Amino acid sequence: MERPDFQIVPRAGIVAAAVAVVVLVVAIASNKLWPLDFLHVAGGAAWTIIDLFVGLVIGPIIGRMSIPARIEFTTRFMPKMVVIMPIVVTLTLAAGWQLGNKLGTVQSGYTNHAWVVASFIVVGVMAIVALGLLEPANIAVLIELKKPQPNPTVIERLMKRFIYSAGITGVMQIATLVIMTKIAS
Amino acid sequence: MSERSLPPVTELGMASLALIVAGGIYLASHLPQRVPLAPAIVLLSLSALLLAVNLSMLARVHGFPWRRFFEIARWALLVYVTTAGLIEYTFLQDQVRGGALIVLTLSLAVYAVHVPTLIGFTVARYYEPSAVAGTVA
Repeated sequence: MERPDFQIVPRAGIVAAAVAVVVLVVAIASNKLWPLDFLHVAGGAAWTIIDLFVGLVIGPIIGRMSIPARIEFTTRFMPKMVVIMPIVVTLTLAAGWQLGNKLGTVQSGYTNHAWVVASFIVVGVMAIVALGLLEPANIAVLIELKKPQPNPTVIERLMKRFIYSAGITGVMQIATLVIMTKIAS
Repeated sequence: MSERSLPPVTELGMASLALIVAGGIYLASHLPQRVPLAPAIVLLSLSALLLAVNLSMLARVHGFPWRRFFEIARWALLVYVTTAGLIEYTFLQDQVRGGALIVLTLSLAVYAVHVPTLIGFTVARYYEPSAVAGTVA
């Protein structure tokens, strides 16, 4: 089985992620509305769109690809996901929490408090699926692909786990969209 | 490595994460009121217990590729300690203090250990000594 050479964690991506973390820390420390709003909205939009697209569009397509095509796609796609998703999620949640504190929307006296708590629950479920299933499968499939003789059965099993997990978080992102637009209205 | 010889590490890990997430939601949903910490402490204790059970069961697996496990888990630990540190920084910035801060900090500690354990386990379970595997980065 042939596969292109790749880095499990792209070094250029680590630099970009480090810059994003610095921007996040500065935004939280300054506690100014625009940077917090920007990071929360931009990060949240990226997170929602990537989850929906991967879970409901890319996932089923990968599932129907031939094994060699799936492996080639995976070696190009998954290393980017390793870097992009954790940083996008961190930006969204950390900036969102700080923004909620600044605006008072995370406090129990807020008018739409029940909706905010619902968003905590949705994010919590997505975090459990992402941390417990999706991320380990992502890393494991890349490490398997790095082997001189990758095992197609292992790759198949891990990719199935990745695609199903992404599908679950994709569907849950629809709930996030409903909640966030309700809170913003 | 035979699947049947392995304990349910992923399932227990997810249950442990669910417990600390529930504790975090309980505390966050009552801000800025002071609420009894007992429910959050119970959830955290159960989560930490599941972590201990998970590590203990994994430690008893004969022939588990620990070298492979630590090779991956140490890098994951670095990443998750960093993200836990960022979250802790946000709590401190938001003036979270006292018992709530202790519960949240310990919850982050469980998170920062359990997620790398899950990642290391998922990689190591498919380790085959005959195949030379790639390194991270």
